[in-house]
Amino acid sequence: MAVCIAVIGKENSPKYIKCASEDMALQFHYKIHTSIDIIEEKLNMGNKAATDSRELFLGLLYSTEEHKIFGYATNTKVKFVVILQSSNASFRDNDVRMIFRKLHVTYSNAVCNPFDIAGNQIKSRAFDSSVNEIMGLA
Amino acid sequence: MKPQLGESKPNSGGSGEADECLFEYLHAEIVNYVMSTSTNSKEGEEDLSKLEWMGFGVGYRVIERLTREWTRFKDELDMIKFICTDFWSSLYQKQIDNLKTNHHGTYMLQDNAFRLLVHIGAKDSKQYLRECPKLLAFTCGLLRGSLANLGIVSVVKAEISSLPSCKFHIEVQRV
Repeated sequence: MAVCIAVIGKENSPKYIKCASEDMALQFHYKIHTSIDIIEEKLNMGNKAATDSRELFLGLLYSTEEHKIFGYATNTKVKFVVILQSSNASFRDNDVRMIFRKLHVTYSNAVCNPFDIAGNQIKSRAFDSSVNEIMGLA
Repeated sequence: MKPQLGESKPNSGGSGEADECLFEYLHAEIVNYVMSTSTNSKEGEEDLSKLEWMGFGVGYRVIERLTREWTRFKDELDMIKFICTDFWSSLYQKQIDNLKTNHHGTYMLQDNAFRLLVHIGAKDSKQYLRECPKLLAFTCGLLRGSLANLGIVSVVKAEISSLPSCKFHIEVQRV
């Protein structure tokens, strides 16, 4: 399953980052940071080119030898980034879509908590555990 | 906030939602409570900012849910159209009746039978006209909050001329 899941806020601040292994965390943080540029590019391109893809799923952002990075942006400008192991060839596009869908549902549930302050990092145990479940860590 | 029956709603994930009348009663009681706790500075002048702020918070959260299954919005007008149709019908069981815009960031949304006003006196009666602004403050905030989360900073005002109908003016703030 996914090795890293990140939620990036409206103004590109990290809202939530979860990595499978702690010693790889820094490397993943860098990768997520670079992927923001590509997400922005994809979002702005959609405005000009008569919007062929009006989907929230942005597809593969880029792939390196060991990782594949996928992106997703909601209507409220919140971005989700998921990093998968490249060696795991059994992953279809639809599986990734499912991950994002689940992530979006849990995210919107977490945000609908009236005690959650918009723009702050997500500190919810329920969100934590469902992300763990999505990543297959639980 | 039950979605309309017979229509596919993006937010109705089969989850049990509360009956619509509960929102009406709760809203009335919130207005009542806020009005009783706020200190009126002058006669005939009420502090509606608290109600508006509550609406803002609700709108900010609820839009996250309502746009979940939606395609990406093309532009600002697309978002306003969403507000007029889907957003309004999932909250108030009907769509906005009339939308006007000058294409420069001013929008006028007219509802000919706004749900929170429908039961206030007879049609066209002037009896409770003075009480109505406090029933609209929450909804103004609701609009402002949901637009804010979609990336539109705006000022929303409401206007009532004859009773069950009201107009919401949205003025988009450009930087």
